[in-house]
Amino acid sequence: MASTTAAVPFWRAAGMTYITYSNICASLVRGCLKDPHRSEAAAREKVHFAISKWANGKPEKPSIRSDLLEQ
Amino acid sequence: MYRQAPRLLIRALTGGRRGAPAGRPFSTDVPAAPSEDAAFVEAWRKVAPNIDPPKTPLAFMKPRPPTPSSIPSKLTVNFVLPYQSEISNKEVDMVIVPATTGQMGVLPGHVSTIAELKPGVLSVHEGSEVTKYFVSSGFAFIHANSVTDIVAVEAVPVDHLDQSLVQKGLADFTQKLNSATTDLEKAEAQIGVDVHSALNAALSG
Repeated sequence: MASTTAAVPFWRAAGMTYITYSNICASLVRGCLKDPHRSEAAAREKVHFAISKWANGKPEKPSIRSDLLEQ
Repeated sequence: MYRQAPRLLIRALTGGRRGAPAGRPFSTDVPAAPSEDAAFVEAWRKVAPNIDPPKTPLAFMKPRPPTPSSIPSKLTVNFVLPYQSEISNKEVDMVIVPATTGQMGVLPGHVSTIAELKPGVLSVHEGSEVTKYFVSSGFAFIHANSVTDIVAVEAVPVDHLDQSLVQKGLADFTQKLNSATTDLEKAEAQIGVDVHSALNAALSG
């Protein structure tokens, strides 16, 4: 029986998770689209989230962040 | 150690069935768990005869769809993206998916498989017409009853791709790969090279 070191993909060996890999692939593909489709796709890249830090059991004021996809 | 491996493996798999079940049975061999525990229901009715016994999660689960005894003539395909459903319950003849192990053709009656997809071209063959999509990455689940579910993050028809952007991207990332220092940079550059080469191949193929 082979020893338990299964061949890992290069991105996992570099510390990346599958989701990060998949999102990078998707954003690269979106970057290669022709013009009308490119602007539609750009809308899909936007990520909106609100972060609130908690202190003493209560949430502080949330900061709303609207980022383009990381990297 | 490796010389003994086949013998030990066979012993673990089949020897266990004959005697005490030492090997684990396949999930298809185990009878479906009953959705109600008879002893519990009986005890419940004694205590609270007018109230229905509570349902367990198993009662809400749909049973596994039956594998038809003869191979169906058509493949049912579902192809979904996070933002829309490209193909839903369409009967087709064949689908070619870009699995990490190579282009895989799926015909009706294909063995159940879960395939991780690499960036590449997915083609759906129905009669004489072929629809091609470039898929960024995802998974393909082929079930025993010839239903295929394909999920992808991004899929575009091949004619939405811009050749010049693809070639520019390929040149950029090849150069980044050569100049990359950390592991992460190398991985990102390698991903870029892989995706753009696949895009190039899709445009020229």
